[in-house]
Formats: sequence, C-alpha cells, structure tokens
Amino acid sequence: MAFNYDKYMRPGKLPHIWCPGCAHGIVMKSIIRALDRVGLDKDRTVIVSGIGCASRMPGYVDFNTLHTTHGRSLAFATGVKMADPSLNVICVAGDGDSLAIGGNHFIHACRRNIDITMIVFNNNIYGMTGGQFSPTTPHGKLASTTPYGNPDYAFDVAELSMGAGATYVSRGTVYHAIPLERQIADGITHKGFSVIDALCTCPTTYGRRNKLGSPIDMILWFKDNTVGLKAAQKLSPEELEGKILTGVFRNDIKPEYCEEYQKIIEMAQGAVAGG
Amino acid sequence: MKGKEVFFQGNEACAEGALYAGCRFFGGYPITPSTEIAEILSNRLPKIGGAFIQMEDEIAAMASIIGASLVGKKSLTATSGPGMSLKLENLGFACITEVPCVIVNVMRGGPSTGLPTGPGQSDVMQAKWGTHGDHPAVVLAPASVQEIFNETVRAFNLAERLRTPVILLTDEIIGHMREKIVIPEEGVLEIWDRSRPDCSPEEFLPYDTSKGIVPPMADFGSGYRHHVTGLNHDASGFPTNKPSLVQPEEERLMAKVTENLDIIEKYEHLKKDGAKVGIVAYGSSARSAKAAIKQAEEEGIPVDFVRPITLWPYPTEPTLEMAGKVDVIIVPEMNLGQMIDEVQRCILGKARVIGVNRVDGDPITPENILEKIREVV
Ligand SMILES: Cc1ncc(C[n+]2csc(CCOP(=O)(O)OP(=O)(O)O)c2C)c(N)n1
Ligand code: SF4
Ligand SMILES: [Mg+2]
Repeated sequence: MAFNYDKYMRPGKLPHIWCPGCAHGIVMKSIIRALDRVGLDKDRTVIVSGIGCASRMPGYVDFNTLHTTHGRSLAFATGVKMADPSLNVICVAGDGDSLAIGGNHFIHACRRNIDITMIVFNNNIYGMTGGQFSPTTPHGKLASTTPYGNPDYAFDVAELSMGAGATYVSRGTVYHAIPLERQIADGITHKGFSVIDALCTCPTTYGRRNKLGSPIDMILWFKDNTVGLKAAQKLSPEELEGKILTGVFRNDIKPEYCEEYQKIIEMAQGAVAGG
Repeated sequence: MKGKEVFFQGNEACAEGALYAGCRFFGGYPITPSTEIAEILSNRLPKIGGAFIQMEDEIAAMASIIGASLVGKKSLTATSGPGMSLKLENLGFACITEVPCVIVNVMRGGPSTGLPTGPGQSDVMQAKWGTHGDHPAVVLAPASVQEIFNETVRAFNLAERLRTPVILLTDEIIGHMREKIVIPEEGVLEIWDRSRPDCSPEEFLPYDTSKGIVPPMADFGSGYRHHVTGLNHDASGFPTNKPSLVQPEEERLMAKVTENLDIIEKYEHLKKDGAKVGIVAYGSSARSAKAAIKQAEEEGIPVDFVRPITLWPYPTEPTLEMAGKVDVIIVPEMNLGQMIDEVQRCILGKARVIGVNRVDGDPITPENILEKIREVV
C-alpha cells in the first residue's frame, strides 16, 4: 500500500515553493516516512530550520515548527531541547545554512552531543539566492559567484561531523531514498547528536550552470557516482577514485548533553539539601 | 519593602531579580563587564531545576533564549557592546515572532572592542534601532543596584505581558558597584506571566488578536502545534506577503508598546521652584547629575531633573513640561551625544539643549555637570 503522507502534511499549504525538479521534496518525504517509522508524537516533536529553500520544509509538515534566521537552526534548537529535554528536536538545513553561516553552531552542536538530529539538504549550492557557491560546492564548479570555477575546496560533511564529535553520522542520497529514510529514522532514535548528509540536487541554479542534464539525470548521477561503505571495502583506491561514500560512518554511544546537565541539576540540588 | 537586606553588586542584583521574576533559562557568552550574571546563574539555575548554557557565541546565545521561551521558559541573556551587536539579528526575530525574553547589556566604552573595563552609555540608540526593520523597542535603564533588581523583574513582566523582547541597559559602573539593597519576599513584587490560549488546539491561531492586541501564546510541546517564522506572517503564523495583511501586523507590533504606555513608561521628575536649568540623565550619569543638583542648590541654583527609567519609549511628557519652564536643559551622557537628540525632538524648541559628554573611560563627575550649570546661569 502506498504511504499516506497526508497524515503528516499541513492541509492547504501546497503547492510548495520549490522549483519543478528540485530534490528537496524527496528529502522531505524521506523525513516524513522516517518520522512515521519511528512513530514520533507530533505534539512532542519540534522541527527547526534556518533560511533557504531547504529551510522552508517545516512549514509544510504538521508538527511544532520553527523557521528561524539564516544558519541558526541548531542554536534555537539547543534552547528548545535544553528547556525541555523530553521533546524530540529535529533540524533541517541547507548546505550553506548549516555549514557556512551556521558552521560554528554546527561544530559545537556536534561537540556537545546534544540529542538533536540534523538533516543537511546538501545540494552543493545556495539555491534560494540564485546559485552562489557554498561550502560543499566542489572545486572548479561554476556558480554565480565563481564565474571562473570555484577556487575553494568543499567540506566533507561526514568527516567534519565526526571530527567535531557527532555520535551518529551518515550520508544518503535522493536516488537512494529508502536507505536515506532508514538513516534519518536511526538518527532520530539515536541518543546524541546525529548528522544525516542528504545529497540532493538544485537543477535550477546548479545543474543548469554546470550542464548536469535534466533533474532526473542529476538524481541518476548519484546511482553511478556513490558507493556504499561496505561495497567500498572491496574496491581498490583506483576504483574508488571520484566516488562519494554513502552509509553510516559512525554510530557511537557517548554521554548526551541534556543527560549530563540533568546530573548537574541533581548535583546542585544535592548541594542544596546537604547545605 | 519586606525582604532580606544584602550588600550586592549590580550584576548580582540583576541575576537575583531574574530568578525572582521566574527566569528558568539563561543562554550566554562571556563578556566583561556582564560575566558575573552568567556565572551566578550557572550556579543558581540548576538548583531550581532551570538550565544554564554557555553557547558558542552571542548569536547562538540569543537564539537559545528564544528557543527556550517558545517552550514556555522565561529566558535571559546578558552581554556588553560587542556581544549586543551580534545578538541584533535574532533580537528582530523575537520582535516579529513575539517571543518574550530579556536581554541585558552592561554597557562599556567605545565602538568595537573599545574600553572593555570602562563604563559607557553608547548603546542607547542601538538598543532602540539596532536590529533592522521597524520593530518595537522596550528598554529599561536603572541607576542603582536596587533599581537593577526591580527593573530586571519589570523587564520580565513587560516581556511576558507584551510578548516582546525587553532590553535592560546598565553600565560598567552600576553593574560592578556594590550597594545595600532589599531582596523582597516572594509575593511583594507582582510577577506577570504570558497569557496562554484558552481555546482548543484545533481553534488555536498563534497571532489571534480577537481578544486583545497581544495574542495568547502556546508553548511548543503543549499540544498546540503551530508554525513560527521570521517572515511576515498572518494570524495563522504562516508567511504572507499580502500588503493588506503585512502593514497592519507591523503596525500592531508597534501599537503593543504605544497602547501600553501606562505599564511601560517610568521616570523620575524632580521640580524646584524657580528653576531655569534642567537636567535629563539616565543610568549611572543620573547619579552624578543628582549630586550636582544638590551642590547647585547649596550654591543657590535650583535645577529641575528628569530621569527616564524606561529609556525607550522615551518619556516625552515630563521633558516637554520641563522645557516649558527652564531656559536650558543639560544632558550628561557617557557618549558623544545620543539621547540629547531625543530630548531635542520632544521639546519643540522650547529650551536650549546642551550636552556634557565623556567617552574617555572615566565616569561623568558631579563636578563636570556642576561646571556646566554654573556656565549657563
Ligand atoms: C544573515 C543572512 N545572510 C544572507 C541571507 C541570504 N540567504 C538566504 S538563503 C541563503 C543561502 C541558502 O543556501 P542553502 O542553505 O544551501 O539552502 P538552499 O536554498 O540551497 O536549500 C542566503 C545566503 C539571509 N537570509 N540572511
Ligand atoms: S532554487 Fe534550487 S534548491 Fe531552491 S527550490 Fe529551486 S531547485 Fe530547489
Ligand atoms: Mg543549498
């Protein structure tokens, strides 16, 4: 039976603002299926975003939703989570939003290991503002502000997250929507900070400029240019050249921030009782 | 006032006032001369089941208190000039989304890093105009340690009643000065909480003004699922760019302040028979002004005095009244002339206005002001 998204969509909010062929919708649907899979209580779930095409996603779904300022979703979400650790807190953000202007919040949320799930809608570009390069635009690619090719080198979101201390780190793609859904669900159930690098596409401002073909071609590109972590173990470095690794990079247990703070509360209150 | 006598520093009084008002969340980032507020609350909040977090910067600190307030917790952040500059974008977010919270700026000297350990009053215009776009500004400027306590409580009350961020402007002098104050017993000072919806979640509209200009606010997690956005929005909370909806909503944000002046405005107005000189002063400069007025009186020069305690919206009425009586109004401030423009604006040319200005890191002394008084009479 086909999955019924209506249960999670806010009535009357469609059509969405995304361009025809934009893959952000595929990530949104993966998130919805993941939320359904985990069975989160809508009333007890808060979805937070920043600014950008990706960050418009929370407006469409029927949860407590918070559309904040550019790059700051994790900082707002940290306040929400600390104020009531029993809430489920999920952040959605573009690559520019989460890693450029929001990069500082990103690494510190990883470091704290606060129980928030961060889903990066990684389309390698600033979509909303018309295609300027982002921290994940590959070296040499064209953007509206790299007319001679991108001189910068891109972040590897998974490496960055692990280096900063996130305890669940995975990468999926919009071609592999079912594994992506599973990763998001695992990220949500994981106790600690989770990052899901969701590779997606912006045909309008990135694909066209870099002659990457139709929106469908761009999605199919992931099929041929990504390799699952397990499969990668059997491949030579030459075979892996130019391929993007997908799968779960880390799934560790480490003390979670709000639980650690609860210990502080108990310690402080014990100190009161003991005089 | 019934309560406990203590010998407190201004920043201590601020932290204590916040707790008295029901603050249960602090998000901050260290900066002189405000840091004591964070240090005290890092100790006190967990004892009462609240939460303290030191964020990665002031942008994040401001964001965190808005997030916590959306869950229903009264929230505070404290900073000084450089940090205040960083908070401004999210301050505007709190204005347009109508999220109550309190921001303390213990002012120091200079632009940029300036004079980290010296006092200043150079952020008074920033407090009103700093964040972009039209927005309401409620700014309180206490002048003593006791007043820091009381005005911190009032800052939370106003934030809750009006659903808007409130800024408490102190400075390095009163922030670090020690004075004997009374911490009132519970119940002595009134505590106001935001109004929450009494309709069902199905009927709830987050910006419903059918019952008044300040819409009731639902906590995230309480069953009233809704959308909060910094985009201009309609009563349902969802983005709109319909001109017929945008303009009235922006006007309502301002009207929350202009229609509630009875609870917001607060000032001291001292009148002397035959005064031909007046002073408008706020914060720690007002202390020197008072000392100067006393000395002038001993020299036979009566001086009128207006001290805004609520700095924004500025108390036009007493200033205009004073201007109708005196020939000259002196405005001492630890900046190169900021509130003096506001005094000029509201007195309709009825008196000459001159400033006494210092930005050298030393306070304005009573003698600085007295000299000016002697000069003008
Ligand atoms: C403080 C601030 N700076 C800049 C902008 C303009 N801006 C809006 S969205 C955006 C980039 C969004 O790119 P990304 O996060 O990758 O999301 P996408 O649109 O690609 O989904 C920028 C720079 C802004 N809204 N706020
Ligand atoms: S600009 Fe790009 S990211 Fe934005 S909606 Fe269009 S296709 Fe999607
Ligand atoms: Mg992007």
